[in-house]
Amino acid sequence: MWLQAVIAGVVLAGLAAAPFFLQAYSIGLLVGVASAAVLATAWAMFSGPTRYVSLATAAFYGVGAYVAAAAADSMAWPFVLVLAGAIGAVMALVVGLSTLRLAGIYFVIFSFGLAELVRQLITWYEVNITGTLGRYLFVDLQPRHILWQLLALFAVTIALSAWVHRGRIGLALRVIGDDEAVAAHCGINLARTKLLLFVASGTIITLTGAIMSPLWVYIEPAIVFDPTVSFMTVIMALLGGANRLWGPTLGAVPMFLVFEWLGANFPNHSLILLGLLFIAVVFLLPNGVLAGIDDLRRRRARA
Amino acid sequence: MNNSRRPLACFIAAAAILPMTAGLAVSQDRSNVTIGYAVSKSGANATGAGITTIPNYELWVHEVNEAGGLTLPDGSQLPIEVVEYDDRSNAQDAVRAIERLATQDNVDLILAPWGTGFNLAIAPLMDRFGYPHLAVTSVTDRAPELAQRWERSFWFIGGGADYATGLVGVLEDAREAGQINEKVALISVADGFGIELINAARPALQEAGFDLVYDVTYPVGTSDFAAMLSEAAGSGADSFVAFSYPPDSIAVTRLAQTQNYNPEIFYVGVGGAFPIFPGAVEGREEGIMSIGGVDVNSDRIVDYFERHNAFHGQDPDSWASALTYASLEMLAQSIERVGLDRDAIAAEMSSGTFDTILGDVTMEENQLRQLWLTGQWQDGRFVAIAPADRDGASEPVIPKPEWQ
Repeated sequence: MWLQAVIAGVVLAGLAAAPFFLQAYSIGLLVGVASAAVLATAWAMFSGPTRYVSLATAAFYGVGAYVAAAAADSMAWPFVLVLAGAIGAVMALVVGLSTLRLAGIYFVIFSFGLAELVRQLITWYEVNITGTLGRYLFVDLQPRHILWQLLALFAVTIALSAWVHRGRIGLALRVIGDDEAVAAHCGINLARTKLLLFVASGTIITLTGAIMSPLWVYIEPAIVFDPTVSFMTVIMALLGGANRLWGPTLGAVPMFLVFEWLGANFPNHSLILLGLLFIAVVFLLPNGVLAGIDDLRRRRARA
Repeated sequence: MNNSRRPLACFIAAAAILPMTAGLAVSQDRSNVTIGYAVSKSGANATGAGITTIPNYELWVHEVNEAGGLTLPDGSQLPIEVVEYDDRSNAQDAVRAIERLATQDNVDLILAPWGTGFNLAIAPLMDRFGYPHLAVTSVTDRAPELAQRWERSFWFIGGGADYATGLVGVLEDAREAGQINEKVALISVADGFGIELINAARPALQEAGFDLVYDVTYPVGTSDFAAMLSEAAGSGADSFVAFSYPPDSIAVTRLAQTQNYNPEIFYVGVGGAFPIFPGAVEGREEGIMSIGGVDVNSDRIVDYFERHNAFHGQDPDSWASALTYASLEMLAQSIERVGLDRDAIAAEMSSGTFDTILGDVTMEENQLRQLWLTGQWQDGRFVAIAPADRDGASEPVIPKPEWQ
């Protein structure tokens, strides 16, 4: 485990140094990959073990971006991030308290509606209270600064994830995911355990939105509350394997690069090809790439 | 456990491959001029981009290449080669596409995406990489400030305040001519441009002595306007104004036809100048006012419509299309005068005078200020009616004729 941590640290340090050697496009690509990896890992932290499929990623991500846009004029950037994280945590707490007792499909539907709910609340507030919609975000941050923030957040996310995987709370979550009734009988505090992870995951996703926000410059609800963010995150995490520490990252990195490659080389058909790819992933690797590799290895060992 | 290390190895491999995939810059030979753009070909913005931006880029490239290419100061010509990407209506994809165009493809020039948000998202990059940025379809009241912030950026279409005051001017003239009363009913969409419009319209109407008897804001995506139209009809206002988005503009118009609500002035927002608008309202568009307009008495505009129609089988829209095409003409003429040096092109764009389909055009502090603010459908064409004192303005038809 310590060896793993050291190797991961070295790789992250290497990536952090990359902006000094790479062109702008490669840095932009790294920023995109890093944000996808953080989102997928944070999503899987809660949804992997509990099997609560959350489509609320866009809601938290958008709130992060919006808080950054609203606050960046009046405070220094680190405080903006702290504020965004705090608001994300409070939001996750409120949402979690009111919905984590919902089971299965009801939770999925609610989480999907959350992005639209938040978007309409912000729109209402902006239209009726501030009288502007669409905020301009001028901060002097280059893509490399954004990359560094994302890598730091990624390190924290992976560390937290690893701790969850190995610790008592991870075990508790897996029991919840397998059977809630059994978990309750074992003396696991269902509500508190789920809530804790949901808040951690929501806070990280909100922070990602805040960190990415300078790339937009102009921020309005229609731009930042993009439901595709939610779907992409789920698909990336599932591709890699939501129950493994490195699974979401391994889903996010290749998936993101494939999207980018399709968009660049097949500008007129990228979405069609993307759809075909999704279908292929679901059929061929229903449990994710890592599980697929394990299967393959097991089969070969038997042969 | 040995197993657990394997994923990490994959992660490292992926991290190592990543910078390599982005390798290999295109080598630069001067047998052509490469022009790149990333426009929304799919997603929510594809409609707007597909009506206003992409057809004009394609038409212009086609025409320039037919004529032998872009002319350089020494009289030689170079054909245009296009590098295009789809930003999937995602602003962060658009940002990456610009980075790719600038540093991977090393294109000579980059054309703007469609929409306010997308142009603002790429503006800092265009500035950093030193590309002139013709942000044609960015409607923003803050254009003067933005043009100063990014000195190679150019803004062509004004902001909500321009169009709102243009409309109030039309209403004032009509009231003075005794054609309408002082009451106005107004609905507006709760989104960026709708809010810019309504925020400017309220004080302008009040100052002009109008009585805003009905003033309601509705969320994006609203499809049922029956109650709003009934109340507007019952308000006694002769003028009905909708600061709406394309789907709403069509829905409101069709509903007004069904309810037989035919006020003296009927105004809709974005989409009213689209070539598909008459078809969408079943050919009963006569007399409807909207944003934009073209000078139909100008031979060059008529010729432009014919060329566009011949190439795409469809008219351009009558608001931003002609501006988009004119921005490209300005770009070509700048290149003809100063060559392909991007700083020189930007300097020429901001100080030169250009011969375009809009007539002679000069930028004022990097903004195009000769705008058509209000237009009206007359005999199947969307003609410009405001500012009324500008050459080429048509007479408005008030009151609007009955729905046929």
